Amino acid sequence: MPAIRLANLTLGYDRHPAVHHLSGEIAQGSLTAIVGPNGAGKSTLLKGIAGALSPLDGGLTLSKGKRLAYLPQSADLDRSFPIHVYDLVAMGLWGQAGIFGRIGLGSKGKVEAAIAAVGLTGFERRPIGALSGGQMQRALFARLLLQDADIILLDEPFTAIDARTTADLLALVQRWHGENRTVVAVLHDIETVRRAFPQTLLLARETVAWGETARVLTPENLLKARRMVEAFDSHAPACEREAA
Amino acid sequence: MREAEEDEPMLYDLLIGPFAEFDFMRRALVGIMALSVSGAPIGVFLMLRRMSLTGDAMAHAILPGAAIGYLVAGFSLPAMTLGGLAAGFAVALAAGAVARLTVMKEDASLAAFYLISLALGVTIVSLRGSAVDLFHVLFGNVLALDNDVLVLLASVATLSLLTLAALYRPLVMECVDPGFLRSVSRSGGVVHLTFLALVVLNLVAGFHALGTLLAVGLMMLPAAAARFWTADITRLILLATAFGMVSGYAGLVVSYSAGSNLPAGPAIILAAGALYLGSLLLGSQGGLARRLLPAAHLQR
Repeated sequence: MPAIRLANLTLGYDRHPAVHHLSGEIAQGSLTAIVGPNGAGKSTLLKGIAGALSPLDGGLTLSKGKRLAYLPQSADLDRSFPIHVYDLVAMGLWGQAGIFGRIGLGSKGKVEAAIAAVGLTGFERRPIGALSGGQMQRALFARLLLQDADIILLDEPFTAIDARTTADLLALVQRWHGENRTVVAVLHDIETVRRAFPQTLLLARETVAWGETARVLTPENLLKARRMVEAFDSHAPACEREAA
Repeated sequence: MREAEEDEPMLYDLLIGPFAEFDFMRRALVGIMALSVSGAPIGVFLMLRRMSLTGDAMAHAILPGAAIGYLVAGFSLPAMTLGGLAAGFAVALAAGAVARLTVMKEDASLAAFYLISLALGVTIVSLRGSAVDLFHVLFGNVLALDNDVLVLLASVATLSLLTLAALYRPLVMECVDPGFLRSVSRSGGVVHLTFLALVVLNLVAGFHALGTLLAVGLMMLPAAAARFWTADITRLILLATAFGMVSGYAGLVVSYSAGSNLPAGPAIILAAGALYLGSLLLGSQGGLARRLLPAAHLQR
């Protein structure tokens, strides 16, 4: 049973498709990178899987009863809001606590453990506005930890983050993989993908290649992906192609 | 010793006497306290959601509704309250819809609606009433609160605080990280609309005491002043409420001492304004003095 199944999926904005005719499966417990040139539709695809964008066409099925967590690229997070790191991380408990549920002593331990796991111990009482970019990303990963999701979607999680933080957060991703969670991450650093991600989807508005990373990230495929996006004409007539 | 004996009765006359002696002063104080308790926390959220001007616009938007109530029934509390609520909700929803459906941004469409509302309201009141009535509608009459108005103010305060308590968690989340709330819950839209309803409700309540032009002042000024003292949402709410109460009390005392020259409503807002300016200058969180005075390196 795959965690995520795409069937001829087309996603876009204002009825203009950004990615089209995607078909394939993301296996339960797999660790998949989505790579491709700028404008390839990587973030759009992730948004679609997260349910933040309705498909224009085709189908998207998630395996039933699975919890999903989504970390968007530039979270529309208000960093000037007067709230502490602890409270930001504790938001991850929403799935268990909801609007009225008590966040009791046991949960307090969980929040502290999550903060420790991302190396932010001692920062609990800092206002979020005082965090650096890397520390902020650590806090958001701590929140993801608390969400305890079966499917975790990360959009460019290591962009503009220092090497040390990237290594630490990558270790968390590996830990999730080891716990048989399904992780899908949009990445642009090919070396990181080669090193840490067994599966890769190379995207250029449609699938260029999808499968084992070593077979997907060949020079020919990468070149092809770049050409496909460059050739894309935004004034082109609407897609006439039949479903594959 | 002698001085102290003289001081005490003077201070008493100044600070407590007016309220001990006059029923209307006690009523005004109770009304303003009720307004502060619910208005200030709502002001804090308006400020943090960058909706301060929205609050201002909605305060004006209430006017034509209240004016129609006045036209129909004179100075009738239920008529003007219902009219104000209807107009407030209508403008809040209309501005949101215009922003979603057209190229107009929400702030511009709110400005358009509130200018129309203000002109319309003033026209409607002038159709029937005198200049005194118009002054009353625009600036309120905090020294003439009757039992019915006090019950309304207290009910609105109670309802607002209970609702805020119930919605606190998603409301804070919606302010900090709306995308995250959307990804874990569908409550975001409901929370936003309920919050807007609370804003309108409190503005209508404030309208009876302070008038349409000043109602929003007791909401926004204490919140903005408190922001200069703390970077913690809980303390911010408590401090804003305290600032609101202090402004209300100080405004009433000053206005009483000044005789009939200084109307109480504007005096209250001026007191809140003074607190804001003082905080702006001296506040420990980004106040001007801290910015401008040289501090030792890395010292906070």
